[in-house]
Amino acid sequence: MSATTLSVRNLTKTIKKHKVIKGISFELKEGEVFGFLGPNGAGKTTTIRMLVGLIRPTSGTIEICGYDVKKNFTKAMANLGCIVENPELYPYLSGTDNLLHFARMLPSVDAKRIAEVVDMVKLTERIDDKVKTYSLGMRQRLGIAQALLNRPKVLILDEPTNGLDPAGIRQMRVFIRELAEKEGLSVLVSSHLLSEIQLLCDRVAIITKGNIITVDTVESLLSSQEQAIWQLDPSVKGREILESLTEVTTLDDGYMVTPYDSTQIPKWNAALVHAGVQVLQLNRKIPVLEDLFLQLTDTGGAHIE
Amino acid sequence: MNNLILNEMMKLVARKRLLVIGAIVGILVILFTFAQYKEVQTQREKLGSDDWRASLQQQIIDMQNRLGSSRISDDWREQIQVSVQQLQFYLDQDINPSEPGAVTFVRMFIENSSDLFIPLLIMIVASDLVSSEHTLGSVKLLLTRPVKRWRILLSKYITLLMATSLIVAMTGLLSYGLSGIVFGYHGWNAPIITGFLVDGGDVDTSSIRLISQWKFVLMDFGLVWFVAVVVGTLAFMLSVLIRSTAASMGVMLAALISGAILNNMVSSWESAKYLFMVNLKLTNYLNGVAPPITGMTLFSSMSVLLVWWAAALVLSFFVFTRQDVY
Repeated sequence: MSATTLSVRNLTKTIKKHKVIKGISFELKEGEVFGFLGPNGAGKTTTIRMLVGLIRPTSGTIEICGYDVKKNFTKAMANLGCIVENPELYPYLSGTDNLLHFARMLPSVDAKRIAEVVDMVKLTERIDDKVKTYSLGMRQRLGIAQALLNRPKVLILDEPTNGLDPAGIRQMRVFIRELAEKEGLSVLVSSHLLSEIQLLCDRVAIITKGNIITVDTVESLLSSQEQAIWQLDPSVKGREILESLTEVTTLDDGYMVTPYDSTQIPKWNAALVHAGVQVLQLNRKIPVLEDLFLQLTDTGGAHIE
Repeated sequence: MNNLILNEMMKLVARKRLLVIGAIVGILVILFTFAQYKEVQTQREKLGSDDWRASLQQQIIDMQNRLGSSRISDDWREQIQVSVQQLQFYLDQDINPSEPGAVTFVRMFIENSSDLFIPLLIMIVASDLVSSEHTLGSVKLLLTRPVKRWRILLSKYITLLMATSLIVAMTGLLSYGLSGIVFGYHGWNAPIITGFLVDGGDVDTSSIRLISQWKFVLMDFGLVWFVAVVVGTLAFMLSVLIRSTAASMGVMLAALISGAILNNMVSSWESAKYLFMVNLKLTNYLNGVAPPITGMTLFSSMSVLLVWWAAALVLSFFVFTRQDVY
């Protein structure tokens, strides 16, 4: 079992008598990429800002590598690298000066380390140009270089693929996975691109209306939601038979959806064939995170209100 | 801490703010030098001589004529009476109150710019020192580094103090250097009279002293620097409280301009003397100009400014270290 690098317990935030975050707890382990998913206004950004010390939590604790963010701010921050929303560096300074600026705020970062991170994010050619001449992708990379200066144990990236083209998104994904696997960083990523999270993260937390609804590995979240899709003839009789065996939802176009259970599917099939119903199609559907997300945040939201 | 100040300086220099301020001062000095030069010329033509005694005499006569008019207010009448008595005193002592030369120009320039122009220049730097980080969004990176918030704010404040000193010094050097081309670089040891005690429309000359102009200019600069620091600190506070640069500049500008207007009309509203903006013209106390409200002294004005300064500083640090950043 690898070590816990970030631990959040019973975090709440009340803004003007309105409870925005209602008691969030989760942990990050060394070397894992953790996804933070939620619709707009769910409290993702507020939570992330509390993690990095920009907003004071109303109650609850946040520990980074064992240091409490409130009581031991500097030690906690020494182990953290982050980009909150866009990497807003100083446009009127060059890339080097920006890195120098933030390096001066860290205890032991020398010119060698600066060159190292520039090399890591592949910005060596343009690093002496003013940041205002950079493309969004280059700014994003410079932001990450800045976040890596202090060799953090925990990296928090808010929407890291925002505004990148498909090639850039892919590079970013490979880069983040490398950091987690080779350097053992814990990476917390928030994104609205669910397909990205699905490809990138080991575990995800789904957050809506200030609560975490579920925290699980991507695989087990998805496999619990696998479905079988049937096309039957005659469909009315077929549905009656299936309904007597399991839960069935009928789609608009006449397809029927049942849960996927590899031990039961052959038996249901046999029952249908036995009753003279033709099975025209039977598909196993592995859901994408998006379906799951919509399903969870819709129903999850309804009973909280 | 040194590293943090270095950072702030780097940002200040990269934005070329000080260069802009230098250019503004330079242009204004050239403008005023030319105006002054023209004035001297017309006076010479009018009086037919360049003897300062004749021109001083003429000035006194002009003022006395104005006193004869029935349409001027009591305040204004008192002020003119004071000026007449002072000029007469200079004439009696055979001392030229505006000995031509770069040093006199510097003295005039700094005295006239202490309540509006210099504060304006300081505002260019102070108003967005903190709020620009909010506007850019870089505050989110700045405050998530392993450095306590009060240290970040302190580094910004020290940078402001250094910039303030630099701006005041730059104003002095530029006005000396540029006006000297026309008026000559002399006047350091010209005698200046200070210590007039003004009471209503009367001038008490019992405690006056004669000092060299360079000493006087030095005192002027000390007072102007003090005012600049106080105004800078207030603008700095607004920059912390109001996260928009334009808004904080607007508020500060309104305060300064209202101060200039109030100075002319608050003589009967006594509690106005606790407002910082009517206390900015500290150099007037050295020259013996009647204060806007009777009872105000150099000491009381400096105390009022000091209280405002301390309050602004405490509030800035309190808010900055506790506020939530969205």
